[in-house]
Amino acid sequence: MIATLERAERVQRSGANAIVASLERVNKNYGNVRALLEVDFQVRAGEVVALLGPNGAGKTTAVKLLLGLMQPNSGRARVFGGDPTNPENRMRTGAMLQVGRVPETLQVGEHIDLFSSYYTKPMAAGEVLAVAGLEKLRDRKFGDLSGGQRQRVLFALAICGDPDLIFLDEPTAGLDVEARRMLWDEIRRMVGRGKTVLLTTHYLQEADALADRVAVINQGEIIAEGTPAEIKMKTAGKRIRCITSLRVNAIRQIRGVTEVKEDREAVEIHGVEAEAIVRELLARDTNLTGLEITSAGLEEAFLALTANAAREGDFKREELA
Amino acid sequence: MSTITIALDNTQIQRTPSHTASIYLKEAKYEFLKNLRLRVYTASVLSFPIMFYVLFGLVLNSKQAIGSTGVATYLIATYGTFGVMGASLFGTAAGLASDRGLGWLQVKRASPMPPFAYFAAKVVTSMIFSAIIVLALFTLGITLGGVKMPVADFARLMATLVAGSLPFSAMGLALGYFTGPNSAPATINLIYLPMSFCSGLWVPFIFLPKMVRQIALVLPPYHLSQLALGVVGAGTHESNVTHWEVLLGFTMICLGAARIGFQRDQGKLYG
Repeated sequence: MIATLERAERVQRSGANAIVASLERVNKNYGNVRALLEVDFQVRAGEVVALLGPNGAGKTTAVKLLLGLMQPNSGRARVFGGDPTNPENRMRTGAMLQVGRVPETLQVGEHIDLFSSYYTKPMAAGEVLAVAGLEKLRDRKFGDLSGGQRQRVLFALAICGDPDLIFLDEPTAGLDVEARRMLWDEIRRMVGRGKTVLLTTHYLQEADALADRVAVINQGEIIAEGTPAEIKMKTAGKRIRCITSLRVNAIRQIRGVTEVKEDREAVEIHGVEAEAIVRELLARDTNLTGLEITSAGLEEAFLALTANAAREGDFKREELA
Repeated sequence: MSTITIALDNTQIQRTPSHTASIYLKEAKYEFLKNLRLRVYTASVLSFPIMFYVLFGLVLNSKQAIGSTGVATYLIATYGTFGVMGASLFGTAAGLASDRGLGWLQVKRASPMPPFAYFAAKVVTSMIFSAIIVLALFTLGITLGGVKMPVADFARLMATLVAGSLPFSAMGLALGYFTGPNSAPATINLIYLPMSFCSGLWVPFIFLPKMVRQIALVLPPYHLSQLALGVVGAGTHESNVTHWEVLLGFTMICLGAARIGFQRDQGKLYG
């Protein structure tokens, strides 16, 4: 009861919409391998949320739990306030998963016809083909399609039932830049129709381009959450490059520094407040040259975040030993 | 109890019975089309029994008889059984193992597809291919092998063989759950071919060595072929009830195994 009230409060305070999908203190292991650890995560109506993380971080596991394809070891997954395996909930969700092989002898139009038939109020076939950019490929067999076209068919199968909630698991994995941008446009079109979307990706640019909110996941734990801008702010906001005689270890001890890398004759420093770090650097090394300060992209932010989490983990392990 | 009212507009998402029926039909239709266009499937499943029948029943031994039954008639029953078994095992096990192992079944499971429709489609498709094989053997036998049979017997033989698809479809579902996408076809052949031989589907049962004949008594294809041979007057001495009982028991065991596999998949990475 208390938990429910707390949650209600949070919803009201943030003025946000209802929670349509959530993981509540979820733990999931595969044998001895930890996939998710105490994950608390929500998706609200109308949001586009990106679950961002490297391979093996637990993104796909999170999606499969929310789809009811597997059960957590502890905690629970909820969709529309109920069990994800409820037929009623499945009717309101669509999913694009990573698939090794799709029946290749069926045509694009046939695949869509079959999946549409599962839903009570599907989109018209012509509309599905249009949204997914497949009009010219309707009579083509799946086996004859390119990688990008195949992903668009899987996307079409996820949206053909006109679901309220769409899961996209690494929708653009393995696609070239052009195919990726095309799929982004299609995803944006669905977002424009008021759909709630949860997508997983290890492309930082993708999370930045599509999502209202990003949850960074690494080694089964959510290590940061916020808007793409907040994620950038929260972490190594700037990248400082300079040539200095200071040792890497000494630089690491400067307040605000999150990461130091040697890069040929120079060092590359990631840090939160560039001004303070630079002041300190100049004070310690008056012969410092080649100073450059750039704004870190989401890519750097992400690397810094995951590296930090890993380093903290190492420290913990060392303490234990 | 819950203090937040989530927009749960669940109206109009209940399916009508006719909608559910149409899903089953569509699932079966596309399963059939999928296999029909799959050359690996049609080439092995359709052409082997037909080729064997033409070679051994029409070209080589057409004037001979086994007991009082002409070879061309006798072999419709045995190659019919062989064909039904192949169509059913490959139609269920190979597809299921591949769909499970390579993620396609998860896409289906995540959708609102009625789970049973997927399996029903595979079984129905196997039965249709079984009927096609038996029909092809009949057509060849009647036109080229001088096979003569009352229409009622023809219908009984067809019904027996098509019903015989069920135990092997059940076996295929079990195999599909306990083999991987790459190992499934090899595993099927490893079971299918020796079983066919020992059951007297290639060499007529009475010509088999005694030891093999004793093994045959526990093999489902033996019992199906004896039911089929019974229709053309060439069955052995067991009663039809025994044969049906064995096939029914075998079907139940296989469905039980498939069910274990189905439930086991729930907690795994794939499925």
